[in-house]
Amino acid sequence: MTTTGSMTLFELPMGQEGTVSGAPGASDERTEEQEIALRLFEIGFIPGERVRVVARGYPGGDPLAVRVGDTMFALRRFEAERVLVTPACEAAR
Amino acid sequence: MSAATEGLRLALLGNPNCGKTALFNLLTGSRQKVANYPGVTVDRKEGQFTTAAGKSFRVLDLPGAYSLNALSIDEEITRDVILGRLDAEPPPELIVCVSDATNLKLNLRLVLEVRRLGVPMILALNMTDLAKRRGIVIDVPALARELGMPVVSTIAIKGGGADELIRQLDTPLAVTGSPPASWLPPDVTDVGATQREVRRILAATVSQPAVDTRRDERIDRVVLHPVWGMLILAGTLFLMFQAVFSWASLPMELIKDGIAAIGETVGERMPDTILRSLLVDGIIAGVGSVLVFLPQILILFLFILALEDSGYLPRAAFLLDRLMGTVGLSGRSFIPLLSSFACAIPGIMAARTISSWRDRLTTIMIAPLMTCSARLPVYALIIAAFIPETTVAGVFNLQGLVLFGLYVGGVASAMAVAGVLRLAAGKGVQSPLMLELPSYRWPHGRSLLLGLLERARIFLRRVGGIILSLMIVLWFLSTFPAAPAGASGPAIQYSYAGMLGRALEVVLAPIGFNWQISIALVPGMAAREVAVGALGTVYALSAAGDDVADQLLPMLAASWSLPTAFALLAWYVFSPQCLSTLAVVRRETNSWRYPVLMAAYLFALAYAAAFVTYRVALLLTGG
Repeated sequence: MTTTGSMTLFELPMGQEGTVSGAPGASDERTEEQEIALRLFEIGFIPGERVRVVARGYPGGDPLAVRVGDTMFALRRFEAERVLVTPACEAAR
Repeated sequence: MSAATEGLRLALLGNPNCGKTALFNLLTGSRQKVANYPGVTVDRKEGQFTTAAGKSFRVLDLPGAYSLNALSIDEEITRDVILGRLDAEPPPELIVCVSDATNLKLNLRLVLEVRRLGVPMILALNMTDLAKRRGIVIDVPALARELGMPVVSTIAIKGGGADELIRQLDTPLAVTGSPPASWLPPDVTDVGATQREVRRILAATVSQPAVDTRRDERIDRVVLHPVWGMLILAGTLFLMFQAVFSWASLPMELIKDGIAAIGETVGERMPDTILRSLLVDGIIAGVGSVLVFLPQILILFLFILALEDSGYLPRAAFLLDRLMGTVGLSGRSFIPLLSSFACAIPGIMAARTISSWRDRLTTIMIAPLMTCSARLPVYALIIAAFIPETTVAGVFNLQGLVLFGLYVGGVASAMAVAGVLRLAAGKGVQSPLMLELPSYRWPHGRSLLLGLLERARIFLRRVGGIILSLMIVLWFLSTFPAAPAGASGPAIQYSYAGMLGRALEVVLAPIGFNWQISIALVPGMAAREVAVGALGTVYALSAAGDDVADQLLPMLAASWSLPTAFALLAWYVFSPQCLSTLAVVRRETNSWRYPVLMAAYLFALAYAAAFVTYRVALLLTGG
């Protein structure tokens, strides 16, 4: 996974647009973590997809409500941390 | 194959929230609950319908699934049915894949995944009315070409909205009858390729204006806000419970008066025989005292159904995720637990959408602590008899406040039990949430009405079936043997029921229960609300004279002390009863261990809570 210029979805500030930048690594293992990463991939967190954090829990910003594609998903911190994003430049906001 | 005589096996498959269950209802005319949050279609639902040309189909409504690569028990059921892995369930001969036309980016991936199995398929583009309103234009013939399967438009919430699908089913179908191709769980490369294919097909066939999410997001900024959202949630639940009491009072009076009138009429027309006693004291008084709670139960369900339909429920789950996390659960447990306020059985079954087994088990174990509608009659009776109907702080109905307190008590103990279970299990991996928050929709009048009718039917069937028969048994037990000649006390004291009650009283006296309550708790094991009817029967029969029909309230108020009433309320917060709940737990956990554990811990908590309540209330009232 490349991380240059990326942050995790959990770190994306509320309201800011971002683009998913990393796919889960290919692996033959089918651990619980792998399954979660794969499911995130299946529900639309794929490279190039635009995402935005719409709401956050309190305290600590966990869980998050994330708009992805044409829908919205509620994710917990450890789930959001498996998605890498590149924030859109500030000027675009 | 025998299926030929019964019709073609057709399975409805689709993502959660795609309106699949609504389409199922429209096709089969069955009257099930329709909702738009993940997890309502947990039961195996089959229906039958015949097309205009006379072809008949057996339709299976599969649980909603995002993928064949299952993460929850629910999705496993769907996968196993589709792949023909279940012994009792031959694989479908035709799959109708239902997709939300406003959310094809998410929905089409499953279509492509299932297409690989080689089973004949039709794609039903559902909610096309909504898609049109949002300016989404779908080139249906091009989509059909790309997918290599017939594509039809449906509007599942509109009468006639499935006509195009039915016409399609009338055309000759390419049914091969061959079993599905072998299937391996896809890896990241496969999923990536499918996702690219979805985007390519969408680019070629669908023109979609930038999604206007402003309305939803404006609402969500408030509804999902950590402070305002919580206030709205608390307000909504509070309003719900206030309404249960205040809106229901008029229809309840009418039902009560009606039953009293029937009892009197029957009593006057019949000679004073044992048959009259059975009819008036046993059946009319007993069943009537349960029937009177129908309006309250319907109001409770009206709220739950409307919240489901609007898309609010998963949002409430989001809000409560953090709180549930403190006892080791996730927001996902909220939806089954809220259903448990209506009845623990659908709640326990809805726990199938929880992917982590530990979370699912904890949710099942605490579901009976949510105050189910069967407890409502008991609460309502005692509250009406002992809590004055005054207004507190200008707006709140005191009776409603007490009821709210009882609900809170149930929730608090559920959280405590979940916390203890978590400590016992040790900290494990984190529980996933990953819950879709669908677009807000106005609750749909017709589906609310169908849901309420279904609830009313279930309740009346219980009243007519198990409750009626228990009332008759109870009447028998409390009538025979008759009092000896010259006996001074009420006749029931000398009956079998009196003996049983006196025996139980030894155990229950320390928590303030008299023998009449002790008797009523026995049939309450089969169905909690029967305790009310049983009290009706016990007191009607122990009363002197003929005026038995609607005298229960003043009679209870006169014969129970306040501590006894409070102790019974506390007992019912835990109420280790309801055999059907225990049976469902046995089935869902596939083990006797958990239902036995559940009954034991509920009984212990009920006894302890009633004991403490009784003793404290005695001290406070100077008894």
